[in-house]
Amino acid sequence: MKTDWPLWEVFVRARGGLSHRHAGSVHAPDATIALRHARDTYTRRMEGVSLWVVRSSDIAASDPEQAGPMFEPAETKIYRHPTFYELPDAVKHM
Amino acid sequence: MYTTELQKVDPQQAPTREPQELVDAFEARVADDAFIEPKDWMPEAYRRTLIRQISQHAHSEIVGMLPEGNWITRAPSLKRKAILLAKVQDEGGHGLYLYSAAETLGASREEMIDALHSGKAKYSTIFNYPTLTWADIGAIGWLVDGAAIMNQVPLQRTSYGPYARAMVRVCKEESFHQRQGYDALLVMAAGTDEQKAMVQDAIDRWWWPAIMMFGPSDDNSPNSAQSIRWRIKRETNDELRQKFIDATVPQVHLLGMEVPDPDLKWNEERGHYDYGAIDWEEFYAVVRGEGPTAKERMEARRKAWDDGAWVREAADAHEARRRIKAAA
Repeated sequence: MKTDWPLWEVFVRARGGLSHRHAGSVHAPDATIALRHARDTYTRRMEGVSLWVVRSSDIAASDPEQAGPMFEPAETKIYRHPTFYELPDAVKHM
Repeated sequence: MYTTELQKVDPQQAPTREPQELVDAFEARVADDAFIEPKDWMPEAYRRTLIRQISQHAHSEIVGMLPEGNWITRAPSLKRKAILLAKVQDEGGHGLYLYSAAETLGASREEMIDALHSGKAKYSTIFNYPTLTWADIGAIGWLVDGAAIMNQVPLQRTSYGPYARAMVRVCKEESFHQRQGYDALLVMAAGTDEQKAMVQDAIDRWWWPAIMMFGPSDDNSPNSAQSIRWRIKRETNDELRQKFIDATVPQVHLLGMEVPDPDLKWNEERGHYDYGAIDWEEFYAVVRGEGPTAKERMEARRKAWDDGAWVREAADAHEARRRIKAAA
């Protein structure tokens, strides 16, 4: 092989009702073979009922160095959580 | 399977000056047991140490397929053959999880495979011992994978996220490896005198190599302190070795077999087994590639790679043609 095959990220749905979850990655020349490799590598013990493979280069990711500006604003908005509101004990079913 | 730390950091690649505030922030995160993820800033030495350790670990899994693979056709029953096939396939899978983890640090798969095939990369010394009888296959699963588990369980909490996640998968599967090995030996140990002798002989040959899998003793393991500070390693070589011995000696006795160490005895005061001196000369000779089968292993590995070349080329050609068709 002259160069590595492209990298694919593998997502596995463990069972019906759950979302696909990242399991790892495989190298493959195309999507069909990527799915085959993903099956052999990540589902040898019935870990899943469905597989997704996505070219790693097609994933856009947030910059960890920008994690502060990106996610910290949510920290100060505690009023977005139900526990922020203290209601009288008399209020039921809320 | 697993890797000991075999290659020292290349002194020519002395760390360049790194911004102190980044180094401090990194050290603080690691000390706080936070996970480091691929795109996070990390010191160059941390990255290099991990690439070395993870790729050696991956190579060990891949080479680990060879001593057992050559027994698949000679397994004593269809059941044992199916089990061994599954185990060998797992080892291949473990290698792939680990290569992927190393790639997140910027190592390329091609470079790593080349380094293995050219003899530049190290792998666990344990695979340079021959597998002479069927009992060896049982002993490998039980002792070699058992030692690997001891080492890998703490690595599930190693500071580098992708490595830790790969280890969680590996550990789940490794437990089957150990149990099937011990199960195979239990059957033989209840068999004929000849079978019993075979089990004892396998233990005699695999005990010390398994003990040595934990690597040099702590006072002779220069990189350990830094790896522990960085949470790449969570327990020292000697701590893990002692745990393994304490857990395994009763299993040897349960098989009705002897541990090939005349100095082995229970130390009531320490609450651990005392054990005899390890022949580190042998260990380093095997690390240098002087193991009985080192050459044979690499030849088999390169042959498998070369024999599979047409499959990779066909897959490439198929994809190239699909592209042309799609473009037309």
